[in-house]
Parts: sequence; C-alpha cells; structure tokens
Amino acid sequence: MIELLQNLIDGLGRGSIYALLALGVAVIFGVMHLLNFAHGELITVSGYAGYAAFQAGWSWYLVAPLVVVVSIVTSLVIERLAFSRVRGASDFTLLLTSFGIHFLVSAIFLMYVSASVKSFPRPGWVANTYSIGPLTVEVFDTVVIGVTIVTLAVTVAILQKTMFGLALRAAAADFDAARLMGVRSDSVIRGAFALSGFLAGIAAIFWLMRAGNTTPTAGSDPMLKGVLAALIGGLGSLRGAVLGGLALGLAEVLLRSQLPASVAELTEGVVFVLIALLFIFRPQGLITVAHAERV
Amino acid sequence: MLEVRGLTTEYGAITALRDVSLSVGAGEVVGLIGPNGAGKTTLLGSIAGLLMPSRGTVHLGDDDVTGQTPEKMLRAGVALVPEHRRIFVDMTVEENLRIGGVTVPHARRVELLEEMAELFPVLRDKWTTSGGFLSGGEAQQLAIARALMSGPKLLMMDEPSLGLAPIIVDLVFDLIDRLRAEGRTILVVEQNATRMLQAADRAYVLRSGVIVADGSGQELLAREDLFDTFVGG
Repeated sequence: MIELLQNLIDGLGRGSIYALLALGVAVIFGVMHLLNFAHGELITVSGYAGYAAFQAGWSWYLVAPLVVVVSIVTSLVIERLAFSRVRGASDFTLLLTSFGIHFLVSAIFLMYVSASVKSFPRPGWVANTYSIGPLTVEVFDTVVIGVTIVTLAVTVAILQKTMFGLALRAAAADFDAARLMGVRSDSVIRGAFALSGFLAGIAAIFWLMRAGNTTPTAGSDPMLKGVLAALIGGLGSLRGAVLGGLALGLAEVLLRSQLPASVAELTEGVVFVLIALLFIFRPQGLITVAHAERV
Repeated sequence: MLEVRGLTTEYGAITALRDVSLSVGAGEVVGLIGPNGAGKTTLLGSIAGLLMPSRGTVHLGDDDVTGQTPEKMLRAGVALVPEHRRIFVDMTVEENLRIGGVTVPHARRVELLEEMAELFPVLRDKWTTSGGFLSGGEAQQLAIARALMSGPKLLMMDEPSLGLAPIIVDLVFDLIDRLRAEGRTILVVEQNATRMLQAADRAYVLRSGVIVADGSGQELLAREDLFDTFVGG
C-alpha cells in the first residue's frame, strides 16, 4: 500500500509535466486541426537558451522565466514562419509541416551548435526529499504538481473568464462559426500558439531541471509524450489532455515498479501496448470530442 | 443597404451561383426562397465572406465589401445566423451571447446582454445552461440573439425554421415580425416558402443558382405556377 501511494505521487509528478505538454498540443489541435509534432522543439530551443544563460552566469531564478519567454516566442515564430503559410491546407500537409519543423530544428542545433550533450547545473533541491509518515516524497514532485495545478487554474481562468479564452473555445468548437461572430482567425491562432508555448515553457523548466542537460534531439521525448497524452485523452479535449498526461505518467511509474527487474527496461514498450489496447476499445481516447462540420 | 450585383460562385467546375443580383433596403425584410440545391446557402455564404465569389460585387451602403473575410463582414455590419444554428454546445447561453458580442466594447456588450435577455425571455431563464442542452426552438433563438449581439446593420438568417416543430416555426416568424417592427434589416433564406412570403416585404426566387423571379411577397404568393415549378411549397 505504501509502495502504491509512493508510486502514485511519483506518477502524478511525471504525469503533470506530460499534462502540460499535452494541453499545449490539444490547444493547437483544437483551433487548427494540427497534431503538432514540432511541440517538443519548444523544449529544445528553450534548453539551449537556458544553457547559454547558465554560461553567462545566470541562476535558475532567472533561467526559469527565460525558458518560458523563449518557449512562447519560439512557438509564435514557428507559427509565423511555417504554419501561417499552410493555414487552410489539408490536415496531412499540416502534419508533414510539423514533422519538417521538428527535424529542421534538431538539424540546426546539430550543425551549428554541437552534437554533444550540453550540461548545466540542476537546482540543489531537485534531489531533496521529505517524509510524510512512512512516505518519502520528492520535493521536485511536490513543486511540479503544485505548479501544474496553479498553471491549469490560470489556464482555466483564461479560457472561461476572458474574451480571448471564449474566442479560443469557440474557434476550437467551430472555427467558421466563430469567424462569423467576428473572432479574428489570426489573433485566435496566434493566441493559441502563445498559450501552447507558455504551457510548454512551464513543462520545459521541469524537464530541463530533471535532465540537467540538453541536446539537439532533447525535444523528441517530450514531443512524443505530449502527443501521446493528447491522443490518450481524446484529441481536441483540453480536459482529456490533462487526464491523458496524468494517466501516461502513472502508467509509466506503476509499470516500472511492478514489472520484474529483468524487463523493467521494457516499460515504455509495455505502455505503448497498453495505449494500443486503449485505442482498440476506445479509438476516440478517454473523452469523446464532437467536432462541428466546417462550412 | 445591401447591393449584390452579378455574383457568381463556383465550387471547382460546378457553378453554384450564376450572375445573381439582389438588393435589400434599410428596414426591409427580404426573403430568398427556392428548392434544395438552388444555391441559397451559397449566396448567403458568398455575402458573409465564407465563400469567395469568382465574379460580381457586394456593396454595403457605399462600401465595396466583395470577398471580405467573415470577421471583416461582421465588423462591416453583416451578421449571419447559419444553417443548423451552429451554436457552441459546450458553452453556456451567456457565453454564446458574449462571444456574439466579441466585436463590441465591454460596456456596450453588457447593455446588449440585457437587451437580449429582454427580447428572448426563454434564454434569460437558461442563462447558465450549456447550448447543447437547449431545445431546437431555444437554440434557434440563441443563434439569432447571438448574431444580434454584434449590433448588425443587416441580419441574415439561413433556414431559421429548419427542423423545428410547427409551433416553434410560428415563434420564429413572430420573432422576425418583432425584429422588423424594431426597424431591423433582414435577409432570410427559407424553404417554407408560403410562410416566408407572408412575412417578407419582398422576395427573390432562386433556382439552380439563378434568380428566376422577384417581387413583393404578395405578388409572388399569387404566382402559383412559380410554386408548382420551383418551390413546391
């Protein structure tokens, strides 16, 4: 029982980061029908910006907000340079464009920066733990879960209380109907990329804190986790994205703890098998999303 | 107020509208009737900016607004209540109305919300209900109220009685009468030709993308040949 509780906390910590990534993927899918495989590159670019800042003597207190700002700006730049040019194209074209950006960003860092791992200091408290009765809880997991809850609360407030949030939700439900109400497509799409970048930036802080380094392909794993979690939750559903992220994090941690040590390295493979089984029985993911027909 | 001249809209090789001209004067209720596939929805879509006409012009007052985007048309003063209503089902009645007023300043939006609550008492009673839980008649009223939230010069409605029970259809046409009494300018696409011609000041008959007749509602009502041939209603 204690071990299960311990794993649940670990899984929620890991799943919180996936939830933030998946939410960013879901926001973009909602307004553009784009499954954004370039989402992880926000972490790659932020990671290198963080590395450069550490080289200049910055501390995590300054690097953390920098990572968020760089992630937002990168998201907007990618939208401006790439996705705005294929807006209205087929879903397949959008998908290929996002793959292209994913590989292009990796290649740029590989060719013009370095193929080697760039390390930076992890905050001292990342490895700290504290006890609650028989439970040993990582400070890192506690901070991740707390920050994720605050970030989600802010996101919900934006979506429900502001006109931008209403416009974003309307556009996600029925883009053309939203345009008929006067919602500006440019503004809402840029806003979605900014919000997606903000969420990825928060996730990037924790991803980079845990990793303590970055590489040209640093964005691949978070991209995969974010997209998978969004698919598990039900593409286009914001609640589903959060649920999917938490489910993926919990599945990884619980499986790793329960599988025999000899096959523990196969955890990710087993998770993929479980996801495949989920899609056999619920191809729409955990939450069903009704998409309006376009005019 | 609205002048459409020689409008042609094509879907690839198919010409959905051919050289269509019509006008709507300030304070008029104008009907657009015709059988399924006549191009009525295409015409509204071409005026509202959802479809790009290949030829012709759309003028709103003195302004040429041909080919403008839907968001620009809305800001120019043209609001469309789309076919099948297309309300946002996961948003509450109030949120649907607020998004309808996205182009107006906050203070005016608050005033308009109060006006809509007054004009549509049934919506006031369901202020916090999700759009997906409204009946067909309530959803239609919400769709009209949402379009009115922008304070449009011209309100266009696409098949407002579609799929509604007869008693609710009466309610929709009563509403059109009330909006006319307020001096609003309305262009309505409707398959229920008899009801539309009774309600309209003037009307156009569209068949296979071409305007084949126009006149006052009473004149067109008297032309039974037109009904038998083109409208069937």
